[in-house]
Amino acid sequence: MHHSSLGQSMPGTSRRTVLRGLGGAALLGAGIPLLSACAGSSASSDSKTVTVGSNASDAVPKKGYGDIYAAFTKQSGIAVDINTKDHNTFQEQINTYLQGTPDDVFQWFAGYRMQFFAAKGLASPIDDVWKTIGGNFPSAMHDLSKGQDGKYYLVPLTTSPWAVFYRKSVFQQYGYEVPTTWDAYVALCKQMKKDGLVPIAYGDKDAWPAMGSFDQINFRLNGYDFHVELMAGKASWTDAKVRKVFDTWAETLPYHQEGAVGRTWQDAAQTLVAKKAGMYMLGMFVAQQFSNKADLDDLDFFAFPEIDPAYGQDTVEAPTDGIMLSKKPRNHAGAVELLEFLGTARAEEIYLKADPSLIAASTKADTSAYSTLQKKGYEMISGAKHLTQFMDRDSRPDFTSTVMQPALQKFVRDPKGIDGLLSSIERQKKTIFASG
Amino acid sequence: MSSETTTKTPEAAEVPPPGAATPKSRVPQGHRRLLTRRDRITLGLMAGVPTILHIALVWVTALASIALAFTTWDGIGFDSIKWVGLQNFKELFEQNPQFWPALEHNVVWFVVLIAIPTPLGLFLAVQLDKKIRFSRVYQTAFFLPVVLSMAVIGFVWQLVYNPDTGLINSIIGANEPGKYIDWIGDPDLNLWAVLVAASWRHTGYMMILYLAGLKGVDPSLREASSLDGANEWQTFKNVIFPTLRPTNTIVLVVTIIEALRAFDLVFVFNKGAEGTELLSILVTNNIIGESSRIGYGSAIAVVLLVISLVVIIPYLISTFRKERRA
Repeated sequence: MHHSSLGQSMPGTSRRTVLRGLGGAALLGAGIPLLSACAGSSASSDSKTVTVGSNASDAVPKKGYGDIYAAFTKQSGIAVDINTKDHNTFQEQINTYLQGTPDDVFQWFAGYRMQFFAAKGLASPIDDVWKTIGGNFPSAMHDLSKGQDGKYYLVPLTTSPWAVFYRKSVFQQYGYEVPTTWDAYVALCKQMKKDGLVPIAYGDKDAWPAMGSFDQINFRLNGYDFHVELMAGKASWTDAKVRKVFDTWAETLPYHQEGAVGRTWQDAAQTLVAKKAGMYMLGMFVAQQFSNKADLDDLDFFAFPEIDPAYGQDTVEAPTDGIMLSKKPRNHAGAVELLEFLGTARAEEIYLKADPSLIAASTKADTSAYSTLQKKGYEMISGAKHLTQFMDRDSRPDFTSTVMQPALQKFVRDPKGIDGLLSSIERQKKTIFASG
Repeated sequence: MSSETTTKTPEAAEVPPPGAATPKSRVPQGHRRLLTRRDRITLGLMAGVPTILHIALVWVTALASIALAFTTWDGIGFDSIKWVGLQNFKELFEQNPQFWPALEHNVVWFVVLIAIPTPLGLFLAVQLDKKIRFSRVYQTAFFLPVVLSMAVIGFVWQLVYNPDTGLINSIIGANEPGKYIDWIGDPDLNLWAVLVAASWRHTGYMMILYLAGLKGVDPSLREASSLDGANEWQTFKNVIFPTLRPTNTIVLVVTIIEALRAFDLVFVFNKGAEGTELLSILVTNNIIGESSRIGYGSAIAVVLLVISLVVIIPYLISTFRKERRA
């Protein structure tokens, strides 16, 4: 049993105390064992074990992480107790999980999602760990691992870029060239349509892929800094810059696959597999849909084309996953040792051996075993000036899921009435970001 | 007889002699015999534990969520609960582009369920009640969807509606550019597509309810009406249907509940995207998640609660009134 911030602060009776009681009862009713947190901490804990909260519930990542922890145990003699939860459940419960009695370290995502919990005091800073592992990472990864207070909170492990994917054989067959500018991209779309292809495969049934499309156009057009400001709720959605993103996007919408809101990304990817679509802007996980080895070898990608030469192609969207230290780890020393191990190139190499669909966050990791696709992704990320984390990782998740997802679906289906849509987003954003 | 022997103690059975100890002093004694200490503890636990659980899990949570509807809270620590008055409701009514469609869809859901599958279920029940051949087979076939969970029905119907590879578009060739029909994504279509699936299930449900009601109709009523020379339709309209009144009430209540709690089917179908928004889905989207808007979600839940009460209270009043009369 250890201390909880809930049990510590209970001032005298007031309306708030009553509310607290009510809220606590509400949580109890929801079956969340929040109240199990009890006062009084005990220093005595098993120093030979570190517990890990893991969201790696799928077979491939589960094995990858399992292998890393096994290697750590072998090296240090410290046992790792892995507590795996279903990926989505882990995400939905993270809030209460971190307030209760979390494991010593837990797997999480870089970006605002990490900073949010860091700012709430639900994670411990790990600057001491970064003193040891800092040299293994490029500067963009350093930035990604810091909270808003400038302290480090995350050890990044894996990442993978978003880009425009295509099939080499299709480009060869029609004599297409990789577009590097927006005009060339639009011209290519036109040509593909003429040739009877769907220029851009698209599926937004799950509501998040459109956020990726927005991000790409936004930081190509307005730059990385504006992306950060907009995601942090500082810039206005009614700004002419945002309006321009939607106008630019609308220019290519006629070349996107019809009926996107009813299609999953997997189905959209299948049109690329079947050579019915010419391009598909998505994360590198699109490769998972290429089950045939020959098809996979035919898959290639290029960076999203330049729109404003002032920003070129300097920003790459590369969602990064890693590990954080919980607020009061029982075995602090052991946890730090584990985090230091996770920050080594060796740990990443072990993981990638099990899961070749991702890329190591460290530049020190051995790339010789990478596939051509992985190598290209690696170069793209290490050459990037800025790394972004995808809209729902760079902004408040409550804002992106309740406001942006439906708004973007609406836009994709019917790009008219942008101004009304943007002012509605801005109004809702204000109240959400004001709620602290 | 047996109940009399247990309640009447030998003392009580005796006629107290006039002027002797007042019966008042004997009453508690009788009660003591009636319920031993152990009985009372058992009864206390039997009534007390469920009461406490009920109060804690139903009343306290309901009241807590009403209280939370006037606050903002991200679910992290109780310190972050902030009182905002009617702000959540104001935002909900004025700014949330999904709220009014959601409310409308809940109403549409009810109207459609009462207008299509309910009469259809009644029709099927009347037909099956005639003891036609293979009656059991039809009964099972129509009732089968009711056995499935709504989530499973959602998965099944997605296979039918999938715009690229689904049954409908493949058959009519609507998965090609130009003729494309987006059953799931098009807000003019998707609600109706979901309602077909919901009706498919609801028909069987209604059929079973009506079949049970029809079994309770006195056969002599039918006999009498046929002696009076009424045809089948007249018999149904003037004799059978009026006797189904209690069943109709149940059907109405069940359908209202189905319309208000509609969630799983749509959640599986397209997570309540544009065209299929529902109040229950808005509640979930705001409350479940890594940084949730518990206050705002509670406000939506309160709206749903108020609507339910508006429907339930008149029903309860009329039921109690009937009971008192009887």
